[in-house]
Amino acid sequence: MNKLLLLMLLLLPVTVQAAPSADEIVAKANRAAYYAGKDGRADVSMTITAPNGQTRDRQFTMLRLTDQGEDQKFYVYFQAPADVRKMAFLVWKNVGKEDDRWLWLPALNLKKRIAPGDKRTSFVGSDFFYEDVSGRGVAEDNHHLVEETDSAYLLRSEPKDAGSVEFAWYQVWIDKQTFLPLKAIYYDRQGQAYRQIEALKVAVIDGHPTVVEARASDLRAGTSTLNSFSNVKYDTGLSAQIFTERFLRRPPREVQ
Amino acid sequence: MRQTKPPLKTLLTLCLFLLPATLFAWELPYPAEIHGFVDLRAGSRLQSDKYQRDTSLLEARLQLEYSHQFDAATLQLRGDLLADEVTSGESLDLQTGDGIFDLREANLVFSPTESSDLKIGRQILTWGTGDLLFINDLFPKDWQAFFIGRDEAYLKAPSDALLLSLFPAWATIDLALTPLFDSDRYISGERLSYWNPQLGRVAGRDAVSDAERPDNWLQDYELALRLTRNIAGYELAAYGYRGYWKSPAGFNQTSGRASFPRLNTYGASLRGSLQGGIGNAEFGYYDSRDDRSGTDPLRPNSELRYLLGYERELARELTAGGQFYLEQLLDYGSYRQSLPAGQQPRDEYRQMLTLRLTKLLLQQTLTLSLFGYWSPSDQDFYLRPTVKYKLTDALLLTAGGNLFGGQRRDTFFGQFADNSNIYAGIRYSF
Repeated sequence: MNKLLLLMLLLLPVTVQAAPSADEIVAKANRAAYYAGKDGRADVSMTITAPNGQTRDRQFTMLRLTDQGEDQKFYVYFQAPADVRKMAFLVWKNVGKEDDRWLWLPALNLKKRIAPGDKRTSFVGSDFFYEDVSGRGVAEDNHHLVEETDSAYLLRSEPKDAGSVEFAWYQVWIDKQTFLPLKAIYYDRQGQAYRQIEALKVAVIDGHPTVVEARASDLRAGTSTLNSFSNVKYDTGLSAQIFTERFLRRPPREVQ
Repeated sequence: MRQTKPPLKTLLTLCLFLLPATLFAWELPYPAEIHGFVDLRAGSRLQSDKYQRDTSLLEARLQLEYSHQFDAATLQLRGDLLADEVTSGESLDLQTGDGIFDLREANLVFSPTESSDLKIGRQILTWGTGDLLFINDLFPKDWQAFFIGRDEAYLKAPSDALLLSLFPAWATIDLALTPLFDSDRYISGERLSYWNPQLGRVAGRDAVSDAERPDNWLQDYELALRLTRNIAGYELAAYGYRGYWKSPAGFNQTSGRASFPRLNTYGASLRGSLQGGIGNAEFGYYDSRDDRSGTDPLRPNSELRYLLGYERELARELTAGGQFYLEQLLDYGSYRQSLPAGQQPRDEYRQMLTLRLTKLLLQQTLTLSLFGYWSPSDQDFYLRPTVKYKLTDALLLTAGGNLFGGQRRDTFFGQFADNSNIYAGIRYSF
């Protein structure tokens, strides 16, 4: 009995004090940012601001369903601008291999398959990348814990395959309470910061801390994009059927 | 000149579309949301053509779209008011899109059962895996719109059809019934010159082709079937079609007019990820029912058609796609034997290569693209360069070209050499 007590006393400080490893933090952050609930939906209002102050707006509804394991399906339905209205974008995210992506062009009644390609290219002309929308595989980078403050972990991540991405490394601040990434800064090979993503507002929705306003900035081009999320809901019981051709042709009630 | 069509089909079509609207009219106090665009376009031939005007395109188009979701059904209406200077004065024909109104969509979609959808009315139908090449997609195309520089979406002409889609767990089954044959909006000579085999030369406005269209309701129907299944991101499909050659491929000696011989097709396709890009393969057997032996020189022989395609991103915002397409004429010996003396025989194997390059610039507001067809067997080509610039979210500027050429004037693209044109347009979307 005494031995057991001693063992517990010895272990106690360890379990209380040991900071989670960088990989654990990133894994938790990935879950908090992209896997809240079994499914989720949000209306997104996107404003892209050019260096001269001219703005372009996009409005879309996004549905997300976690499929098997880490694989997910996304359905994005555009309401504005007028020339992309009723277009839909379907992504089957396959962790560890290429995603399957389709674009629905209503004027042609055509389900166009999109070449997998670079996920680090602009999403609908904004400063956000496809990967910012659907998440970056946590195993694609080596993560190091740089600093731990009262409220956040600061991590530095370097790509395992440097040739596959445009950054040399990035730093990300992750909230200790919610594990949501609050800010990320991307650096090029010269060590210059050129890209930044910030969570501007966080709200707790259906029990899940959720980023409801985010901004991505291209520090070189001087452009930025503000995303505002509204009507966010989790666990609405989305059917897997929605993420098929049937509901590209005929947008589901959930997005209308 | 163009045959005056009986207004029966037009009337029936209109009734079919007005019916759902009237049925649900009582439900319409909801605020109606109307969208669409205004599109102004002009184009010119790059060379003179003695059978055509130099102006290849000059038009103003207003598209209006309205859709309404009722409790159990969705109504979709979309139509274009068109002022077309090049063929002004034509009477309204909803089938060919001639005249001041082109009805693009007017349909009602609902689910008769939980795992089926029914779409009734005028609609755009598309399937198959080719990029601007079609094997198993036998829905009507508007080649004229495609070649003169209208927006690419106008390549698909509407069908007046009933589309039943069934969604059992193991596949998706689509059945499209078109009660009366919807032909392509084919090249008739009215605004694009074409090779006229009867005259043995290129012809245009001097010999506008007025083909005999099968026009008996329910008797001259088209039936298209597709079965698709997605296996881990790989899309497999099987197709069948019963109908007619979509452009006038035959000739009726009695009436002296071009005709649409009967056609059945059977095919299959596969599309999926391949080596960091997308690969697709498609195959089709064209059973030319009016000339199964291949001995009738006035009707096309049966064919086998094959397609292989691959597309991938080459660099950031730069995508390239290539396709190899092969048409194999069956009963080639009979074809050669029955060919009238003096007529240039076509090859047994017609090959075609296509290339698509797309580059996005300036935060995806500027799109540069090139699509090219080149046939090593016909020794002809067709290039489609386009530039699109989004000045604002609402305003789109477009410029492009349709460049045809070839060794001979009786090949598919070679015949259009005098139609090579450039165009520019502006579109305001709302």
